[in-house]
Amino acid sequence: MTRIFIPKDVAALAVGANKVAAKIAAEASTRGQAIEIIRTGSRGMHFLETLVEVETGEGRIGYGPVAAVDVASLFDAGLLSGGAHPLRIGRPEEHPFMARQTRLTFARCGIVDPLSLADYEAHGGWRGLSRAIEIGPAAIIAEVTKSGLRGRGGAGFPTGIKWKTVADAPADRRYVVCNFDEGDSGTFADRMIVEGDPFSLIEGMAICAIAIGAAKGYVYCRSEYPHAAKTFAEALEIARAAGYLGADVRGSGHAFDIELRMGAGAYVCGEETALLESLEGRRGIVRAKPPLPAHKGLFERPTVVNNVLSFVATPLILDRGGEFYAGFGMGRSRGTMPLQIAGNVRYGGLFEVAFGLTLGEIVEEIGGGAASGRPVRAVQCGGPLGAYFPPSLFDTPFDYEAFAARDGLIGHGGLVIFDDTVDMAKMARFAMEFCAIESCGKCTPCRIGSTRGVEVVDHVIEGVKVAENLALLEDLCQTMKFGSLCALGGFAPYPVLSALHHFKEDFAPRALAAE
Amino acid sequence: MLEASPWNAERAQEIVTKHAGLEGPMLPILHALQEEFGHVGESAVPLIASALNLSRAEVHGVVSFYHDFRHEPAGRRVLKLCRGEACQSMGSEALAQSLLGRLGVEWGGTTRDGELTVEPVYCLGLCASSPSALLDGEPLARLTAATLAEAIDEARGL
Repeated sequence: MTRIFIPKDVAALAVGANKVAAKIAAEASTRGQAIEIIRTGSRGMHFLETLVEVETGEGRIGYGPVAAVDVASLFDAGLLSGGAHPLRIGRPEEHPFMARQTRLTFARCGIVDPLSLADYEAHGGWRGLSRAIEIGPAAIIAEVTKSGLRGRGGAGFPTGIKWKTVADAPADRRYVVCNFDEGDSGTFADRMIVEGDPFSLIEGMAICAIAIGAAKGYVYCRSEYPHAAKTFAEALEIARAAGYLGADVRGSGHAFDIELRMGAGAYVCGEETALLESLEGRRGIVRAKPPLPAHKGLFERPTVVNNVLSFVATPLILDRGGEFYAGFGMGRSRGTMPLQIAGNVRYGGLFEVAFGLTLGEIVEEIGGGAASGRPVRAVQCGGPLGAYFPPSLFDTPFDYEAFAARDGLIGHGGLVIFDDTVDMAKMARFAMEFCAIESCGKCTPCRIGSTRGVEVVDHVIEGVKVAENLALLEDLCQTMKFGSLCALGGFAPYPVLSALHHFKEDFAPRALAAE
Repeated sequence: MLEASPWNAERAQEIVTKHAGLEGPMLPILHALQEEFGHVGESAVPLIASALNLSRAEVHGVVSFYHDFRHEPAGRRVLKLCRGEACQSMGSEALAQSLLGRLGVEWGGTTRDGELTVEPVYCLGLCASSPSALLDGEPLARLTAATLAEAIDEARGL
């Protein structure tokens, strides 16, 4: 019986993984060869999907990108014994894209069956939770603080400090809320880990619950991720049945359970206070801070709101110790960051690495430049509210502070690459348009500013009073940046101003030349 | 896609009652109603308001805030085509414009035969395989005009 691994991550399904799996099963049966097909998450090499792996004496051997039409020739070439074929990539972990990575958070992703508890345990699962139960709340928080872990959703707030604040806030009950509203274009790390290793999120949230004394957790999943939601719902049932959730988590005496809730297509609900409003059943309108969610969060109770990746990082931190995790990274950015290399790029996918690589290394060396073969002109870092970087800034190291020093942000780690056919004035207009569509409407700079922003950019593009309108645009952006209640209105100026400052030639070139 | 049932006040009441005991039951109720009836119509608003002790205006405010909740049923099939920056970098806007033009609909519109609704979506997390879409919940990636048309025809049984 030969074991064959085929991803069921949506990035593989979207390019026909189910057809490949069906064809492999049919082909094996026709040839009378005994195989077992195991559906895994994705390794993150999306340019190789569908990546088929076969278990052989020398480890797993990968073939990709495989389409259903390739299957017969793969069998002819001796697929089941790792035979030579143009699509053979050898051992996936030795592929250049994988060999340079440090997989801490994504260690199991693409390797294990996402819903197999046996696989999870065999690959180091639940060890962090066991240690958490053993050492208790204060020591858990000390360990997370020592790791230097900062919120991976984008704001980069120290996770240990947040947990301590909630643990110290007097309350009759506290909540753990996972922000799985991964709305930034160019990001998919949360989706991949929940589809490929959902128990790690359950373990991370359970560790947090023990640390802060919470009995209830919510995962707020965006509705654009139906496959991830389905996998996670199944994982919850399996974990509950095995006693990792429920009235007595693994005999610890702690009660904790998680409920999965679906968002409804509002980008702003990725903002933590809007997310809490939405969970409570209202419009996803941003709350003014203070009070912080750590003091008054869900149903006015102290609440930890963390991104998926922040929770998923904690089992390893507990298992291996905070110092181990802090041993990776640079400056105040400790540990690893799952980069998401996306857009017009040759080798796109998930690349987990310690902080500190330069943007140029990521885009050119790892990403291999634009998929179109044309020169890279701009990279948007950190989602729709992140700045556009030109190649002249490719020496910027991937680090929270280094990006901030260049008027950018690393956000949730998404990098969207554009070739030289991009029209940056259009991208600036889109940033304002997106903000107008998604604004919750509570504060004026965001609600009105974004609509006025679209109009002003339109005037510039049409060549109407270009110099005056550009000055107006700068002024409007300053108002939005400093006057908005949350990051939606506050950060929308980043893509606009960076496009304007680094790619001025795209803004009404004829009119500018005339002036 | 499963066919939505026609509006039935009794069934709607059952759905509302079933979820009313949750903490923050509003969104679970709205999702369940939409799954059953294909949209959240005006008739649902008073039922929810009464069960959750809210005003109709508050319920209407929530329903209308979220992009997902439809006020009328969609076409038999729904295509959600991504307009995020990553997809734009691979030509999604031109792809969308040619599709909308060919079908003779605007964003959010339904073809005249009621077969297909085309909606914008801002990111499906398939950003390294752009352009992408969900057709009746099934993911599609690395789309071209030809593969998109083929997927739509296949879904429509053409």
